[in-house]
Amino acid sequence: MTWPPPASCPAPPNTPRRFAALRQPTLSEIFPETAPDAAAPAFALAHLDAAKGPVLWIQDRLSLRETGHPFPPGLGGREVLHLQVSRAIDVLWAMEQGLGCPALGGVIGEVWGTAPALDFTATKRLALRSEAHGVPAWLIRRAAPPELSAARERWRLGALPARPVPDDPRAPGAPLWNAELFRARWRAPGRWVAGHEPQSGELHFDHAVGMEAAEAARAMA
Amino acid sequence: MSGGDKLPVLAFPAPSPSRPRAADPRQLARAAEALRRATEGKATLGRPDEGPPAPGAPMPEDSFTPVGIPRGRAGPRESGREGLSEISRIAAPKDAAARRILSLHLPHFAIERWQRQAARGGEAPPEGTPLALALEGPHGPVIHAVNGAARAMGLGPGARVVDMRAICPELRTAFADPRADAAALQRLMLWARRWCPWTAVDGVDALVMDITGADHLWGGEAMMLEEIGTRLAGLGLTARAAIAPTRGAAWALARFGAARAICGAEDLVMRTDPLPATALRLDAATVQLLDRLGLSTIGALRAVPRPSLARRFRAGPPEADPLLRLDQLSGRTAEPVDSPDDPPRFAVQARLPEPVIDPVPHLPALADELCAALVAAGFGARRLALALYRTDGEVAQAQAATSRPSHDAAHMVRLFEGRLDGLDPGFGFDLITLAALVAEALPPRQRRLDGEAESAEDLARLIDRLSARFGARALTRPRPAPSHIPERQTLWLPALHLPPQRFAPRADRPLRLFEPPEELRVLYAVPEGPPAQFVWRRQRLRVARFAGPERIAPEWWRDRPGTRLRDYFRIEDHTGRRFWLYREGLLGDGRGAEPRWFLHGAFA
Repeated sequence: MTWPPPASCPAPPNTPRRFAALRQPTLSEIFPETAPDAAAPAFALAHLDAAKGPVLWIQDRLSLRETGHPFPPGLGGREVLHLQVSRAIDVLWAMEQGLGCPALGGVIGEVWGTAPALDFTATKRLALRSEAHGVPAWLIRRAAPPELSAARERWRLGALPARPVPDDPRAPGAPLWNAELFRARWRAPGRWVAGHEPQSGELHFDHAVGMEAAEAARAMA
Repeated sequence: MSGGDKLPVLAFPAPSPSRPRAADPRQLARAAEALRRATEGKATLGRPDEGPPAPGAPMPEDSFTPVGIPRGRAGPRESGREGLSEISRIAAPKDAAARRILSLHLPHFAIERWQRQAARGGEAPPEGTPLALALEGPHGPVIHAVNGAARAMGLGPGARVVDMRAICPELRTAFADPRADAAALQRLMLWARRWCPWTAVDGVDALVMDITGADHLWGGEAMMLEEIGTRLAGLGLTARAAIAPTRGAAWALARFGAARAICGAEDLVMRTDPLPATALRLDAATVQLLDRLGLSTIGALRAVPRPSLARRFRAGPPEADPLLRLDQLSGRTAEPVDSPDDPPRFAVQARLPEPVIDPVPHLPALADELCAALVAAGFGARRLALALYRTDGEVAQAQAATSRPSHDAAHMVRLFEGRLDGLDPGFGFDLITLAALVAEALPPRQRRLDGEAESAEDLARLIDRLSARFGARALTRPRPAPSHIPERQTLWLPALHLPPQRFAPRADRPLRLFEPPEELRVLYAVPEGPPAQFVWRRQRLRVARFAGPERIAPEWWRDRPGTRLRDYFRIEDHTGRRFWLYREGLLGDGRGAEPRWFLHGAFA
């Protein structure tokens, strides 16, 4: 799957370093760079407030087979309700039901491939419902080009080499992601290095300084 | 005061002259005899204070007179009730013996229930295998029930499983479930009300029925016993039943008497005298004591003067009191059958004057009606069944379950939303029924004052809707399981029946797990650590960094012998993706050839 290389625009100087807490609950989409990568659900989970309630996690059949089942010990102590459905349209129906329930801490839907059901109208419904009830919704779309959608924020996400571990130079540490916001309704798009802060564990975004150099090095390797 | 005073008057069926019973000459003669003796007894006893009240004399106060009923109007009714209770009180000693009690003993209920369940699951052991159900005892498992083959080899309840394995090495054991047995017996009791409405559970393996006036419906007592035996044999249950005038006698004859014994009031003493003292429902210590005293049969006990027995045993509980048990057996002390009420049943139906193609518009009214009945009884539905009857006789059914009891009509209608789309209406439906198959008590609750919906309730409704639409198995919640093997650590169980449970987070565990683990092709192995290059899903990955190994040994108490250990590594490939690999086995561990590599999970 190839799409045009992202225009790497530096973040505006007034971008808050932590805007996870300032976000209004709405519908966001993530397009992972490689399918079996678990960065996308981790990025979505990092935006959800664990104390608010359980996360409704909906996977269609192909997503479950290709990318695996959520593993509760690795979810950071979050409460999860897992729903397995067979078609993309069922994912939409279940997400819509879940977004009407303010007791949920968030809804994550995973859809594999291009889905005709997932058009502008359907995503608009999800976005409006999410905003009306205050339940954040994350749609993870794999193996699909970013078509027309009403999602308020659309991210492209890839993995970056992890932070070093002070005690073991050969081991990978806390994860880092290359997060590109390529379409956003409320703020300017941008490209950041996202990751959890080592001390507080909160999600924060750093300027993508030297990203091109790193990418070039990765391509050469 | 005779023992008959304790008899609750309510337990007797009210005499109703409007419904004549079928006349059995034997019964009629017995009743006439009882009445004659009763009237004689009254004449001889002749207590002056119990005569018919003189007109104008002050009425004795009824302690249960409800407030608000005028004293003057209560007069004539009071006198009538007084007369009635007087007859029943005087006739009580004879009347207690005039009842017909059926005791139904199911000696092998636990094992037969287990076998039936195993046969339904298709995992029944072959015929003739000795089989035992065990319970945890203080020194290891103790046998609770055995099947016929094991009984023939001399095995029995109360022995330790390890000892019995020495006698019978091919013994198969499973754990008994006394709570499920009790629930099954309760259901059987409700089912047994087909024969007689006055039925109750008696202990852990028996039912007791007061069949007075019910036997003629089955063609007499012998026919009734035969019907019961045949029906229970059809269910795969061994049953021993006996009919006697008292509960104690029926209990004794069902266990120690002849098969299908029927004992009348006149031969009660003769039939019960030869039975052992155990037949008196006494505990083991008392039976042993009586045995030491030389009183091994009921007849021997009956020959002992009452004052001696009373002096020796009267202080104890009923199961340590032979005199009380003897009185209950002979009818001197009444022991009525206390039959619990039927559980409430909630079902409504709509008969339509014209067949309809689309039944959905009729659902809200039905749900409203059902919910009104549920609210009135203080219940909430846990499982709903909707049946649609087509004009040509076909029946379409849909069921829905709720995770907590509900009497919300709108919620019930939403549970069936979309479930009726695929139905073939044919020429239309003309009857719709909606029933709450399982209902639980739901006391009325105060809503929040600010009018906001409660979040737990919201979540329960969401779970109901998703489970109703996609099936209960599709919507799951994780439950921690006691295991070290990652794929066994989590049980995904239907959220409909499982409360949320928290997992302790671990930083060295992946976010996602591939099921089953996917095998890698190693391109470039190194002596220690994960392979430097491997192929997974037709992609070549190079390991840039890794952490590990973390060794997870096989669980010898569950796994097959020869299962290899696993060494897990957290790796990061050259593009920054992080995975969880493991090597199965070690080189030269004697459990197979070259160790194989698997990819088991993906990290954030």
